[in-house]
Amino acid sequence: MLKNQTLSANELRDQKVYRDWGLTDDEYQLISEKVLGRLPNYTEAGLFSGMWSEHCSYKNSKPVLKKFWTQGEQVLEGPGEGAGIIDIGDGQAVVFKAESHNHPSAVEPYEGAATGVGGIIRDIFSMGARPIALLDSLRFGEPDDAHTKYLISQVVAGIGGYGNCIGIPTVGGDTVFDASYQKNPLVNAMCVGILDQADIQKGQATGIGNSVIYVGAKTGRDGINGASFASAEFNDAKATQRSAVQVGDPFMEKLLMEACLEVIHEHRDVLIGIQDMGAAGLVSSSAEMASKAGSGLELNLDLVPQRESGMTPFELMLSESQERMLLCVKAGAEAEIYAVFEKYGLDAVKIGEVTEGHQYQLFHHGQLVADVPVDALATKAPVYQRDKKRPSRLTKQSHHQFMPRLVDATGTLKKMLQQPTIASKKSLYETYDSQVQTNTVVKPGSDAGVIRIRHTDKALAMTTDVNGRYLYLNPRIGGEIAVAEAARNIIASGGVPLGITDCLNYGNPEKPEQFYDLDESAQGIARACQLFNTPVISGNVSLNNESNGEAIYPTPMIGMVGLIKHQRDITTQDFKQAGDGVYVLGTTGADFNGSEIQKMLTGQVSGELFDFDLVTEHQNQRLLLRAIQKGLVASAHDVSEGGLIVAIAESCFDHDLGVTLTSDLSATDFFAETQSRFVVSVKPAQQVAFEELMGTAATYLGQTTTDDRLWIKTADQAFDLPVSFAKQLWEEALPCRLK
Amino acid sequence: MKFAVPVFPGSNCDHDMVNALRDVLQVEADLVPAATTTTLDQYDAVILPGGFSYGDYLRSGAIARFAPVMTAIKAMAAAGKPVVGICNGFQILTEAGLLPGALQANRRGQFICQTSELIVKNTSTQFTSAYEPDAHIQLPIAHGEGNYYCDDDTLAELRANHQILFEYAANPNGSVANIAGIMNRQGNVLGMMPHPERAVEALLGSTDGLGLFQSLIARQTQEVAHA
Repeated sequence: MLKNQTLSANELRDQKVYRDWGLTDDEYQLISEKVLGRLPNYTEAGLFSGMWSEHCSYKNSKPVLKKFWTQGEQVLEGPGEGAGIIDIGDGQAVVFKAESHNHPSAVEPYEGAATGVGGIIRDIFSMGARPIALLDSLRFGEPDDAHTKYLISQVVAGIGGYGNCIGIPTVGGDTVFDASYQKNPLVNAMCVGILDQADIQKGQATGIGNSVIYVGAKTGRDGINGASFASAEFNDAKATQRSAVQVGDPFMEKLLMEACLEVIHEHRDVLIGIQDMGAAGLVSSSAEMASKAGSGLELNLDLVPQRESGMTPFELMLSESQERMLLCVKAGAEAEIYAVFEKYGLDAVKIGEVTEGHQYQLFHHGQLVADVPVDALATKAPVYQRDKKRPSRLTKQSHHQFMPRLVDATGTLKKMLQQPTIASKKSLYETYDSQVQTNTVVKPGSDAGVIRIRHTDKALAMTTDVNGRYLYLNPRIGGEIAVAEAARNIIASGGVPLGITDCLNYGNPEKPEQFYDLDESAQGIARACQLFNTPVISGNVSLNNESNGEAIYPTPMIGMVGLIKHQRDITTQDFKQAGDGVYVLGTTGADFNGSEIQKMLTGQVSGELFDFDLVTEHQNQRLLLRAIQKGLVASAHDVSEGGLIVAIAESCFDHDLGVTLTSDLSATDFFAETQSRFVVSVKPAQQVAFEELMGTAATYLGQTTTDDRLWIKTADQAFDLPVSFAKQLWEEALPCRLK
Repeated sequence: MKFAVPVFPGSNCDHDMVNALRDVLQVEADLVPAATTTTLDQYDAVILPGGFSYGDYLRSGAIARFAPVMTAIKAMAAAGKPVVGICNGFQILTEAGLLPGALQANRRGQFICQTSELIVKNTSTQFTSAYEPDAHIQLPIAHGEGNYYCDDDTLAELRANHQILFEYAANPNGSVANIAGIMNRQGNVLGMMPHPERAVEALLGSTDGLGLFQSLIARQTQEVAHA
């Protein structure tokens, strides 16, 4: 990729080298004829290839992203900046964003995952916020083959290696295994931060003559043109793409974070703007800062701190070396800023300044090596309205609802608890420090992670969710369900959903059938967000998750944050004591298409997705929240994959309690994945009040007990096994599979 | 009573420690930079916090032991004042030779974050007097290199002098003799892998860490009264 750096503009055109960087012939022509009115030189073409990649320009997804609901009075900063910001009262705000690092993690899983975490952390502190929590949403193939096991162990080690060292607790996330992700694992990292509203920063470079200062790690040849790499499809012929993956240094980032937060808090008067050097490195951060401010910019590349010798302008501008930030600082205040970074032993160098006009000019060894309009790079990428066609898997879909035949209810439950997606993920999340910063009230393993806000009575609940199987069967309803499930997890923890971030993971949008999935699911997400009043405040898009022409399930990861107004409302999923009443809130239907049991029994998911009603969902959520806020709820657990039986079993495990329950449902119904349901336990003294509030929405099933026995009498069979045994199967399944 | 909490580049439990001391135990505590602090004479005790000092890309604590603040910490130890190392702090104290033994990678080679049940083995110390003898307490652990090792002679010495203060009820990391925390022969330097500062508020799951700080504070108050 890096050979032929001396190609002339003409040679570049004739040999079409830009194609290797992800620019199409049409895009190249647009740059030559319309944008510049001349042929771009090597460096300039490189700048465009990075900035016009899907990763930076959203050229394929913009028309879709426009459909998202981004309003809401709580929103202080919507999509567009490093991360979105939501008001949580008392002059404070929560900042959050998620980002995918799928392609890098597929080729170099440790560093790919680690730098995914590092990148999202920088997005949060560049807004002026202190990062308080991390979550990770992971998708892998079935954990059976050696390569998948390698990916899992390295991705998990990379996430832990970065987050543990930098000292930000990893408090939640979700991990799902399905053959659909075998060649395209998904690694989506989310970071949540908190700030005083007075500290909100913008990534901008204004004021002619003001200084552009480079801080943090030196620039090397790692991750060159990674944004274009991440935006391309994999195939076996291009197996070695390792050089496009960056290497992370969490220790460096810890110093960088502390230094940047010190500048933001204590040198506010001279700091104009600050931005992370993420995808497309120096060009993206600098061009975006200038473009947002309507300024021109001039950089002297000889001043860029370099780790290697002989780096070309192309390499310097497109390197994705980690742990670097760009600051815009008032002219004359440079020394004040340098002093802060020096204290942390970090490089801080003025590499350029804001100029009059709107040109983006780069100098190298005394020569002007690039001279292009700032906006052409940052905002003028073409936007593609892709064709949309209903995929044949949907047009040929059977309307028949799968009906499992259960001969042995208990045996089926045992098998279900050992499915990788259902089984405990403790062996993975126990390798993450979930408690550093000493604010973690609810650790990984419950419906949502909960972080208290120090010196207030408030707390934040956070979760990541999406079930790609549902979207595979119906992208629109699947999109609605993804948001609904995230909200259900926030509500079950005692929180009011505030907003979402997303990672939209799909196949190749140039294929109409793939674009259909993206567009349809975005509409489902938008509708649900509007109803739940959870605007989309940030996110990213990861397209071309395909290997040899086969796409992953459409997987829009939803990261949601909710506000718990009083810490007494914090609720967890585990039953608390014997003698409490056990209820199911919501109605159970014969909904099995796309379910875990369909996959377990038939090896695939198929058929038309079951019905889903957002309004019922919303009503049930509000009802549970009211019960929690009235102090009537001992435990609450969202019913999701594996159905009611899995939710009940999981609720037993933490305190080793048993249950004795009776239900009119059949044993089979206990595996149905009807949405809008919770398993709730209630202390005896509060059952009357709880039942009164619920009316017909909740059904009494029985009681928790001190016996080591999960016993449920259904309309046909009984589930009957020791809780300790069920827990053992559930806890040991994954470590055993991963050996 | 006034505590110093040195901040090494890469420390990440420094604020947690100071928050526990100030907000919960209501004592004075200062963060002091490891690179520029050369005396701690004005402090009654020092607590080296957890984290990844200097990135810990080499052996944990191997670089931190050369930080300028270590001279001051050694002086404090020699003067008989309490010196406590938690997690990375424990690793630094062994690297600095203030405590015997070494901390190796966990048996399974992975970082572990969980709540650990500990047994308080010696309650006749300034660090543990607030606990009942053989008390079982719950403290969080979070480390990748917490597997304590010492040779048989050292272990025999630790036992003979009652220097083992905390043992794991279920060994999570492969430590020799289930050791979670030890003190020096003189009884004023403590190192432990578990995090007492993470267990001082019921909201966060356990208050079993309070005993350690209360023991230290009570001892200091007594000394002041005697003087």
